[in-house]
Amino acid sequence: MDPTWLAALAFVALSAVFTVGFLAAAAVLRARARKPDPAVELTYECGEAPTGSAWVRFHPRYYVVALLFVLFDVETVFILPWALNVGDPRSGGTAIVEMFVFVGILLLGWGYALRKGALRWQ
Amino acid sequence: MSAAMVLDNPWLRGLVIGGGVLGVVLGIVAYAIWFERKFTGLMHQRPGPNVVGWAGLLQPIADVLKLFQKDDRLPAAVDRPLFVLAPVLMLAATMMALAVVPWGWGVVVADLHIGVLFALSITSLAAIPIWMAGWASNNKYALLGGMRAAAQAISYEVPLLLSVTVPVVLAGSFRLGDIVAAQAGGRWFALWPPGPGFFAFVLFYLSSLAEANRIPFDIPEAESELVGGITTEYGGMKFALFYLGEYLHTVVASAIASAAFLGGSDMGPLGDGLHWMLLKTLLLTASVIFVRWSWLRLRADQLMALCWTVFVPGGLVLVMASALWVHLT
Repeated sequence: MDPTWLAALAFVALSAVFTVGFLAAAAVLRARARKPDPAVELTYECGEAPTGSAWVRFHPRYYVVALLFVLFDVETVFILPWALNVGDPRSGGTAIVEMFVFVGILLLGWGYALRKGALRWQ
Repeated sequence: MSAAMVLDNPWLRGLVIGGGVLGVVLGIVAYAIWFERKFTGLMHQRPGPNVVGWAGLLQPIADVLKLFQKDDRLPAAVDRPLFVLAPVLMLAATMMALAVVPWGWGVVVADLHIGVLFALSITSLAAIPIWMAGWASNNKYALLGGMRAAAQAISYEVPLLLSVTVPVVLAGSFRLGDIVAAQAGGRWFALWPPGPGFFAFVLFYLSSLAEANRIPFDIPEAESELVGGITTEYGGMKFALFYLGEYLHTVVASAIASAAFLGGSDMGPLGDGLHWMLLKTLLLTASVIFVRWSWLRLRADQLMALCWTVFVPGGLVLVMASALWVHLT
């Protein structure tokens, strides 16, 4: 395996230890109220007693955003390996033309979504 | 063991250089918060922190010590495992991206051959803890903030990826070290080629502001409508981790922008060095703070419309323009 990956892995472990360490140190050092006010454990709702749970159904517009995201993220997955090789003289003009066609089709779809109002936050 | 042997062992390299980088960057973050408060004071025509130490310079240290001592009782209604895990993931995900930042003079924890992708995929993980925090809090403000934040984070992911593809096309490599090397001698991608590079830099900068939830894109914690957004129920060190994560994200994004668009450690005729990279990172971080006190917050619908109708197609056009440039020269 490429040794730089091992260094990255060591750093990932280090940042995890650092972050958990902050919480662990705070757990040891923090002050604790002897007789905590029961209101401390209430959910905050501007001073009123909270009504109901917040775990409810929510607006489907978030679903549209998630769908659009998946669409365009997959498209960048196609663009990324192309971006690496397009400067290579061996790939010639074909790589450019192909990507123009691909992005053109994509922009057509984008225009359709725009006209259908899928990009509007309603 | 000699210094060279330490740097040859990848594990020790990750821990030694990584520990150094982490220490310096966390110091920068602490003083970025001091600078932000001092600068806010200047904009508001008041002194800002000025009691602890000269010009309030010891304020960040006092704040950290205070946060360690804060009582931290969880509200009874929260989903405990998710509630505790969210701030940890938030900070850790942002920190890990530091691994691939080339600081100059060979100081880099791991110059991965897919460095750009590593940094972006790791920082984009932050969308998950944001949503976790919003849901686990079982608080209506937190839920609204978490939902908006998750939608914003994934939306601005796309222009962020597209904008960073421009230096990848121009340099022909995902390795941040190669991208910096391709800009040697003052041929920074933000300046040359004229056009795509500069606009890609602007796109990256604005999308990073949105990813880090900074004004004008700080809808997730718009305090005038959502109390504290996802951090409403958080207190003590867990709140501090979110706060730290936000500032760290700003610094990390500034560092990546400096390397990918502003030449990294290169300063044209003035030579090459770690100090230039640090200077660029600090200036970009300071500019983010300047933007915060100069612009108004966008509305949630404007925020999404800006991303999907301007940034995404704009990013596609920039990528194609840079590919044409590479092909024709």
